[in-house]
Amino acid sequence: MGFIYLDHQSGTPLHPKVQEAMIQHIQTIFGNPSSDHQVGQPAAVVLEKARAQTAALINANPPEIVFTSGGTEANNQAIKGVAIGLREKGRHIITSNIEHKSVLNSLRTLRLLDYRVTSLDVDQYGLVDPGAVEKAITPETILISIMLANNEIGTIEPIAKIAEIAKKHKIVMHTDAVAATGNIPVDVQELGVNLLSLAANQFYGPSGVGALYIRKGTPVWPLLDGGTQENKRRAGTENLIGIVGLGQAAELAKEAIPARQARLRALKERLEQGIKARIPEIHINGHPTLNLPHLLSVSVEYIEGESLMLMLDDEGIVVATRSACASGSLRASHVLIGTGMDFATAQGTLVFTLGEENTDAEIDRVLEVMPGIVQTLRDMSPLYKKSGH
Amino acid sequence: MAYSPIVMDHFKNPRNVGEILDADGLGEVGNPVCGDMMSVYIKVENNIIQDVKFKTFGCGAAIAVSSMITELAKGKTLEEAMQIKNSDVAKALGGLPPNKLHCSNLGADALHSAIKNYLDRKAGKIVPQEEGEEHHPEKGGACYCPYCEKQVVEESPFCIFCGKEMPHDHDH
Repeated sequence: MGFIYLDHQSGTPLHPKVQEAMIQHIQTIFGNPSSDHQVGQPAAVVLEKARAQTAALINANPPEIVFTSGGTEANNQAIKGVAIGLREKGRHIITSNIEHKSVLNSLRTLRLLDYRVTSLDVDQYGLVDPGAVEKAITPETILISIMLANNEIGTIEPIAKIAEIAKKHKIVMHTDAVAATGNIPVDVQELGVNLLSLAANQFYGPSGVGALYIRKGTPVWPLLDGGTQENKRRAGTENLIGIVGLGQAAELAKEAIPARQARLRALKERLEQGIKARIPEIHINGHPTLNLPHLLSVSVEYIEGESLMLMLDDEGIVVATRSACASGSLRASHVLIGTGMDFATAQGTLVFTLGEENTDAEIDRVLEVMPGIVQTLRDMSPLYKKSGH
Repeated sequence: MAYSPIVMDHFKNPRNVGEILDADGLGEVGNPVCGDMMSVYIKVENNIIQDVKFKTFGCGAAIAVSSMITELAKGKTLEEAMQIKNSDVAKALGGLPPNKLHCSNLGADALHSAIKNYLDRKAGKIVPQEEGEEHHPEKGGACYCPYCEKQVVEESPFCIFCGKEMPHDHDH
């Protein structure tokens, strides 16, 4: 390919079988699943097949799957949908400080509409304390939204425990499982959640399509108003090409996860140990054991992440950074700051997310190139000198 | 992101990186909280900047800006160098993405600060080492609309009180 792709979280390449399914769909079916005629009905069949495939990935019943335009819409739908659906019951929502922006900014909007939000601190590993969740509950609380795995540091949260607490207090429980689904086994029955968000571009499906799992009986008001598609929960003619891709990717992921997990964890271990051995003064972020198998977050002292990312890019190594300068908003990562990291160190953070096509040789290439780049940037940095080097 | 080819060239091959041990003037601006920090060292002879070097902690744009400002300043009289504006640096770099324009402020500010430091030293003033300049003072951690000054939620696309679009600020 000419480059080493280690940013799977921004979007995985399409699996050849997903590609094939999507192309076959485009070539054979154009009907609208809502049309009860001979052109529409084959489309409805395809839609329901994809729903069953997606449901199987997370051990849900097919009618509990609502297709969305991706993880962001699923999170918006879950949070705003419950807020509207339960507005007569209460207006208090509990979340954590390290959620994805689609969760945090959905809650921003709800604050404008006079909902109250309690955002919980996490520990140094990014873990939410279930005890703190229980303490934050008030008679007004209608929703708890905590992510299954963090997309920046990879920490896996104790969702089953938190969901148990939510159930005890009869509060709706949502989990943003976008970073987790397709990378680790996700089972909505084991987790005990009412709502769960996922996105196809995290497991070799297309971008722009995802799903929200809505446990039967959960009071979710639609975000998009219109027709009766998706059992009246998401209006608008379906993105069937994308949905076919999601369904196929979900089916493949279900089979692939056990072997993929083990292989990616070994690759990540090689990368982590290699970086630790070759580059002094770095931090590995996230929980040491409760973490995603394919995500490694590294903060490099004294340098800024975007320059590091650009120099690696120039060497054909594609990674993500969480520095303020690289984000559209020019803010230091709220996740890293949430774990108690200082601003300067947070600026030098790279996130490697590994994928199926990565090899040992590619990891070794990173380990060969990265120390020199880090040293070049450190030699350029006034902070490096000031700290006594 | 879309950096211009000139930015990429100065980022990948920065000119005048380093320190001048017996510098006549030193300017330091920014801080790592804001995402970037720059030190400029100048050597002055006969009112002319004979040599200039920099060290920068920052993104690709910040490094390119640092490199370009040293190129622009070298050989100039102090008066000429004081005239170099932030916009001149951005222009010489073939433009910067809108959300990176604040990086060009850093370059000119650091150079001007180094010149002032030189002039102060020459005038016999004892200049305490300045703290990195705070670009973005917080008002108790909250965000305020710059037009109607009402408190707004973080990262609002527009102010819900006066309707004005919120500028894309660096860090509140």
